[in-house]
Amino acid sequence: MEHSSDRYYIPHGSPWPIVGSVALLFLMAGFAATLNGSGIGKISMLIGAGILLFMLFGWFGIVIKESVDGIYNQQVDRSFRMGMAWFIASEVMFFAAFFGALFYARQLALPWLGGDGNNFFTNFLLWPGFENAWPSNGPAEIGGEYKAMGPWGLPALNTAILLSSGVTITIAHHAVKAGNRKMLVAFLGLTWILGLLFVGLQATEYMHAYHDIEHGGLSLRLSSGIYGSTFFMLTGFHGLHVTLGAIMLIVIWFRTLKGHFSPENHFGFEAVAWYWHFVDVVWLGLFIFVYWL
Amino acid sequence: MSHTADAHHDHHAAPSGFKRWLFATNHKDIGTMYLVFALVMFFVGGTMAMIIRAELFQPGLQFVDPGFFNQMTTMHALMMIFGGVMPAFVGLANWMVPLMVGAPDMALPRMNNWSFWLLPVAFSLLLSTLFFAGGAPAGGWTMYPPLVLQTGNAFPFLIFSVHLMGMSSIMGAINIVVTIMNMRAPGMGLLKMPLFVWTWLITAYLLILAMPVLAGAVTMLLTDEYFGTSFFNAGGGGDPLMFQHVFWFFGHPEVYIMILPAFGIVSQIIPTFARKPLFGYESMVYATASIAFLSFIVWAHHMFTVGMPLSGQLFFMFSTMLIAVPTGVKVFNWMATMWRGSMTFETPMLFAVAFVFLFSIGGFSGLMLGITPADFQYHDTYFVVAHFHYVLVPGAIFGIMGGVYFWMPKWTGHMYNEKLAKIHFWLSAIFVNVTFFPQHFVGLAGMPRRIPDYATQFADFNMVSSIGAFVFGVSQLLFVYIIWSCVRGGEKATTAVWEGSHGLEWTVPSPAPHHTFEVAPEVP
Repeated sequence: MEHSSDRYYIPHGSPWPIVGSVALLFLMAGFAATLNGSGIGKISMLIGAGILLFMLFGWFGIVIKESVDGIYNQQVDRSFRMGMAWFIASEVMFFAAFFGALFYARQLALPWLGGDGNNFFTNFLLWPGFENAWPSNGPAEIGGEYKAMGPWGLPALNTAILLSSGVTITIAHHAVKAGNRKMLVAFLGLTWILGLLFVGLQATEYMHAYHDIEHGGLSLRLSSGIYGSTFFMLTGFHGLHVTLGAIMLIVIWFRTLKGHFSPENHFGFEAVAWYWHFVDVVWLGLFIFVYWL
Repeated sequence: MSHTADAHHDHHAAPSGFKRWLFATNHKDIGTMYLVFALVMFFVGGTMAMIIRAELFQPGLQFVDPGFFNQMTTMHALMMIFGGVMPAFVGLANWMVPLMVGAPDMALPRMNNWSFWLLPVAFSLLLSTLFFAGGAPAGGWTMYPPLVLQTGNAFPFLIFSVHLMGMSSIMGAINIVVTIMNMRAPGMGLLKMPLFVWTWLITAYLLILAMPVLAGAVTMLLTDEYFGTSFFNAGGGGDPLMFQHVFWFFGHPEVYIMILPAFGIVSQIIPTFARKPLFGYESMVYATASIAFLSFIVWAHHMFTVGMPLSGQLFFMFSTMLIAVPTGVKVFNWMATMWRGSMTFETPMLFAVAFVFLFSIGGFSGLMLGITPADFQYHDTYFVVAHFHYVLVPGAIFGIMGGVYFWMPKWTGHMYNEKLAKIHFWLSAIFVNVTFFPQHFVGLAGMPRRIPDYATQFADFNMVSSIGAFVFGVSQLLFVYIIWSCVRGGEKATTAVWEGSHGLEWTVPSPAPHHTFEVAPEVP
């Protein structure tokens, strides 16, 4: 063995970060060019996405190999855990920005537009007749007529699914600690199936929302004023995180099948489990504040 | 086993060629790259400042059209904040934190590399907009809608570059937190850590909590512009003011992100050259933590004039005033450390002492701005410009320069040219005041910021200010020369470097070998 595990492992140079930077250069510049209406932007994005995938396989590949080879000691493991925990903290703050926008619009912006506080003339001169209500697409009724998304039905079902997946991954967690591989494979598998089910139902809900009212939909779109904006940005970023989490679950499921995790050494599993609980908790906030109240 | 590991490590002194830098995982190499990058950006942003001051040398429009002037004010701020000050601090943390806590490297070396190498990508995207048909972003670094939404082709490049800078900062901050919390040598208790480590730990928490909020804010700008959302559109039930709230929720902690590490540097330098331990070490730690906490509940003092409810104005005024208490504790402690010390005034100490005095001036003008009714008069005038340049130039940047002179012998193994460095200090310290002090006067008299022309009664003070800026700018070339010649050669530095030096970083040889503390040191 090249490195003994009694000292902190420090890799000697790695090509993957700079590959990731090049990927993001192509991806971001391409996306920006696409938004500016340039045709080559999409090609640049594709190249960037390709390089990014290459980087992800390469970078995670070498980390998994080092982990399986037993190069990481307990201190390295602790670094990974702390790093993941603080990454999730930063994700919480990212969602906080959008929740903040939702609360601000509902508690301040809309009442003010309706003449609340010292804003009588804002309402009287600029938006006469507008009354504060929620949901709202604003005094100019941006996006036209729409119907709100109710909490019961699909969203409630999705809540049940995501909460159940929180239970199944906890059972899987106990299984990995007990060294019960059968149970681990079964419940981890169940977790990602529930995750994909959630994403599928969310997609169905989005299609229902986007369909015209005349065709049985809600005519609810990203462009449906502040309600549509907050609804789709919050649930959309959450859905993106669930998708990412589900992919991560599938990856560690295959790693479980390969026997990568032991009762003592399973940081990869725990990181994904934490992440999964995080998207779970965010969903609860969404269900209460976006769908229900 | 550990014997073979030893042999293995010894073979990896320092990889050579471009791979050493592109694939770097060594905290010293990455720290060096951060510092060099910050220096380059300091000159890019500085050139923009020179253009601004040239235009303001006289009333009327001389050199640039107003649109380009606006691009310069916007880009100058973005370059200096995200390209200059922040990377310089991260560079210093990379170099010094592992040495100070007795760690073999940063905790997550590959991510450390990525944190750095995202920055050139971010700034390539941003600087490339200068060559676009519509020019670079010109709506101010604060990116207020609806103005910023008129940016044109540069707009998405601005947004994505901010996203990349944010990613870089968050990863850098996570790395620093984990290094400090998990990599300390046995015996290095939290309340034994050098103050630079403490201030950086708290700064890193601020970064982790504040940067994602900025990412959210600019994402909302992007979707408002291209995907039909109404976050900042009153017609759709949103509010342009909401952007200012979300932005400054990030923006105020950001202000402390740019000063807390400088507090740490000054708290290392003053005890060294006063030859006394830092007065009130624990109160320094608690004061830093208090400032960090308060930074999250004062944000709306940047927007007193937007028409907030009175209760909001009062809350944000009083919470802002409260910051003076822990800051006062710090200034008092620095003074008390110098009190009856056997002081010598090598260049780092000169910068540190100047920091204490000049930063305090910026702090006091901040108190003036924090008084709501007074701010109605000062808002968006040159008084604000004078205020934040006092805390950023003789504050943050003097802190960085003092830190560079303080630690450069440890990095290069050579003493810098003390005579030239003192000339650099005096030129900087005098002309930073010539530049920014008159701006208080024109601001109080009503000269608005971010305007390329001004009324003739402001002409004299502006000319003085511009002359100060030119000399200050040229003086910085001396800084580059001093660094360059110190890297190339000079008097050999000893292990301790300074007579009064104290701490683990002064126990490793100068220059610090490529790998240090592979076996954890004894902490006395």
